[in-house]
Amino acid sequence: MTASARRLKGGLRAAALSLYLAFALFPLFWLLKVSVTPNILLYSEGIRMWPSRMTLDHYAYVLTHSQFPVFFRNSSIVAGGTAVCVTLLAALAGYAMSRFRFRGKAVIVVLMLITQMFPLAMLVAPIFRMMASVGLTNNLLGLVVVYTAFNVPFATFLMQSFFDGIPKDLEEAAMIDGATRFVAFRHIVLPLTLPGIAATLGFVFTAAWSELLFALMLISDNQVSTFPVGLLTFVSKFSVDFGQMMAAAVMALVPAGFFFLLIQRYLVQGLTAGAVKG
Amino acid sequence: MASIVIDRVRKSYADVAVLHDVDLTIDDGEFIVLVGPSGCGKSTLLRMIAGLDDVTEGEIRIAGRPVGHLSPKDRDIAMVFQSYALYPHMSVRDNMSYGLKLRRTPKEKIASAVSGAARTLGLDALLDRRPKALSGGQRQRVAMGRATVRSPKAFLFDEPLSNLDARLREQMRSEIKRLHGQLKATSVYVTHDQIEAMTLADRIVALQGGRVQQVGTPLELYHTPANLFVAGFMGSPGMNFLSATYLAEGDGKAVMLPDGTRLALAGRPPLATGTRVTIGVRPEHVAIASGGDGLAVTVDLVEPTGLGFILHLRLHDLPFKIFRQGDTSGVDRPQVRVVLPAARLHLFDGDGRRVALA
Amino acid sequence: MTASLLAHGGPRKPPLRLFQRVEPYLYTAPSLVLIVALILVPLALGVSYAFQDVQLLDPLSGGYVGLDHFRDMAGDKAFRGALANTLWWTAASVVLQFLLGLVLALLLDKPFRGRGLVQALVFLPWAVPSFLVGLNWAWLFNPVVGPIPGWLTALGLMSAPTNILSDPALAMWGPIAANVWGGIPFFAITLLAALQSIPRDLYDAAAIDGASALQRFWSITVPFLAPTVVTTVLLRTIWIANFADLIVVMTNGGPADHTQILSSYIFTVAFKQLDFGYASAVALVLLALLSLYTLSILMLRRLVLKDHR
Ligand SMILES: Nc1ncnc2c1ncn2[C@@H]1O[C@H](COP(=O)(O)OP(=O)(O)OP(=O)(O)O)[C@@H](O)[C@H]1O
Ligand SMILES: [Mg+2]
Repeated sequence: MTASARRLKGGLRAAALSLYLAFALFPLFWLLKVSVTPNILLYSEGIRMWPSRMTLDHYAYVLTHSQFPVFFRNSSIVAGGTAVCVTLLAALAGYAMSRFRFRGKAVIVVLMLITQMFPLAMLVAPIFRMMASVGLTNNLLGLVVVYTAFNVPFATFLMQSFFDGIPKDLEEAAMIDGATRFVAFRHIVLPLTLPGIAATLGFVFTAAWSELLFALMLISDNQVSTFPVGLLTFVSKFSVDFGQMMAAAVMALVPAGFFFLLIQRYLVQGLTAGAVKG
Repeated sequence: MASIVIDRVRKSYADVAVLHDVDLTIDDGEFIVLVGPSGCGKSTLLRMIAGLDDVTEGEIRIAGRPVGHLSPKDRDIAMVFQSYALYPHMSVRDNMSYGLKLRRTPKEKIASAVSGAARTLGLDALLDRRPKALSGGQRQRVAMGRATVRSPKAFLFDEPLSNLDARLREQMRSEIKRLHGQLKATSVYVTHDQIEAMTLADRIVALQGGRVQQVGTPLELYHTPANLFVAGFMGSPGMNFLSATYLAEGDGKAVMLPDGTRLALAGRPPLATGTRVTIGVRPEHVAIASGGDGLAVTVDLVEPTGLGFILHLRLHDLPFKIFRQGDTSGVDRPQVRVVLPAARLHLFDGDGRRVALA
Repeated sequence: MTASLLAHGGPRKPPLRLFQRVEPYLYTAPSLVLIVALILVPLALGVSYAFQDVQLLDPLSGGYVGLDHFRDMAGDKAFRGALANTLWWTAASVVLQFLLGLVLALLLDKPFRGRGLVQALVFLPWAVPSFLVGLNWAWLFNPVVGPIPGWLTALGLMSAPTNILSDPALAMWGPIAANVWGGIPFFAITLLAALQSIPRDLYDAAAIDGASALQRFWSITVPFLAPTVVTTVLLRTIWIANFADLIVVMTNGGPADHTQILSSYIFTVAFKQLDFGYASAVALVLLALLSLYTLSILMLRRLVLKDHR
């Protein structure tokens, strides 16, 4: 290949990537832009790329005069609780799937794969009735229970892939060195799986933080609304306060962005565990 | 230090039998080498001694005590893995002291044991490094060090040198030999390497298909292999085999090759005339005839090894090898005549078992 | 030997062994219980609701109605519209996500300066919660605060800046655009991983053999990528067909059911009309369609693979 042809190719690649970057980032940029635009400029300046004057009033208003802090707290409790429960359960199950051969293992794999494939909408009605009958509607604990069940299968595959990455030899060496299986797990396997555990926490937190439909169905009381439910209600009620809504949206993005950074290195593992890992 | 007795041990995974009735008594302080083709069950046997795998049937005793119900940690043995299995998140020092810490050994004792082992193995300067920052040879030494600090009842080695290059392997081999001379610990060592087996072993155990084929000193296996498998497995290049028919007439000390050639034997086998047998002869024992006697063979290929050369020949269209020391002068012809010395011939019956000559 | 065997042969399977035997079940049990209780049991209930009259507000409901719900579906225009929309929504989203994701993966495959940063930024939409993706794009399409109607007008594609989300003919493109935006990273990440698992030696060997860049793509990249592509497209299709969040957030099925897909319709029927029986019947139809789709893809794959051998 000649030098000029190579340069042309490099230029095309750079141009294409810039387009992708613009496409990926523009919507988020716009969210940010509107959230800092004073209300009067929003209409008068139209679709300018950046307002002539910035303000943080929308953020201040949302934080002090709305229920968003409550939603934020509720979502944090639900997503955090779900992440911890799921990771605990998935670590146990994933360890068993990775380290033992036992009767019924294939059945468990199939069972967990099926839960990843069928329409969750199918469960909408029965779960509502079940949760209502035990008084877990309008209840954060109810959401944690439901989300935990939905996320355990994929998280189990994910944890299994992390345990698979740790050679069995290490554990066996520790057992010969004088450790029980449990001590070998604590001293050897656990420290080596910590990044994987953090990634699993991140994946589950992100999933629970985003969940909308089951929350809409199980929660009707504003006091226990999660962020998605609260924001949606807010949007349908005050649909003209764009600046405030976008300020709230930007704030809802922050935890998601934070966990994205945390799990970035494990995206491939996470996506394949959620999708194809058997 | 202790004896290990393997008493009619069987192992199967689900329906597949991997080891059949293995019987073996390993004396206190003995160095046993397990050899055999891939998949014959060497690692399985080792892991059962360690307690990592269950025994399906039979019993293993260490120092006279049955260990079937003991988990690995209570068997007081050490194992060196092929992968070394060093704990990646611990320093060399912590790797070596981990077993002692688990046994609640006093700190001063741990420190002196670790520094002692480190000195013997030349690891003093590496004690604070992580395994990742070590070369393959250094990792191997750490694995050895981790096994020795505890002064266990027995050592198990599963192909410990197979990940090293030839030079390092040679060096570690002699170090293991020296270490065993010092510690006199009962050892079971699995290897694929002929030379390791010959040089290290007090006794070699040849396994095939989950059955013990022969147990004996290296020279016993070399000189009087119990069957075709052992004969072919030990020695490099491998033994030559010819099929033949036993002739009982005359002095009863001859066999006939398919082309009618008669070969003299060193003694009389207890066989009927006409029995089909296999003749074995090691490449290093075949003589090249100077005169007109011997078998005429075509030269296929000459492989110089430095020390000598390997001659690949065709005898009755079957491959046949000769190893000779020295240079190739005198054999650079398309045809040579070879002599199979009677005293060096091994005779095997139709089932492949060695036939003794009287 | 025999004597000693008998002497030591006492208890063959002490308690330790029993624990070892049940250990894996002990570890998997909590997860399994949860899955059975909150996924399998509701699933079975859901299937049974499809043949029952279950109205949330009507305490007298609950009787078996046989195939009535399915008969109702045949005459339900909203259902038929949702069925067609499901196909449209799924096909357009998958095809666009896949093609754009593939190109992105190819662009990111070769190392260049700043690749890590670019990768993190283009994958960022994956992390945005779906309700925010929906709101964000709804706002972008809004003529008051969003730039898109203005741009489309400036380009002459639209006569006046209006919201396409309220235009029955165009509304479906809104959620699809949002879905593509959020879904490109998924394909790009999985395909990039597959691309990078192709041994580099193969490309070098082919180049030495005289293959052009295009020939190398066809003879190495495509066959290596094919298995990943089949599996990810299959799973992604199922996922997207089930994915109602964007539609619920952006249009709620409107205008006049023009963006309703089956999964959002199930949701609407269950929670606006509170008719759990009918909602479950529609869900059962969706499940049947997806199973049919999965089966045919798997059979197709087997056929193709057999040809290759
Ligand atoms: N967990 C298992 N399940 C079923 N079969 C097994 C299992 N582990 C080992 N085997 C089988 O047992 C046989 C013996 O295996 P083993 O690892 O002992 O062989 P080996 O002699 O050490 O071979 P190598 O020299 O290749 O290490 C093999 O045929 C193997 O396939
Ligand atoms: Mg082995």
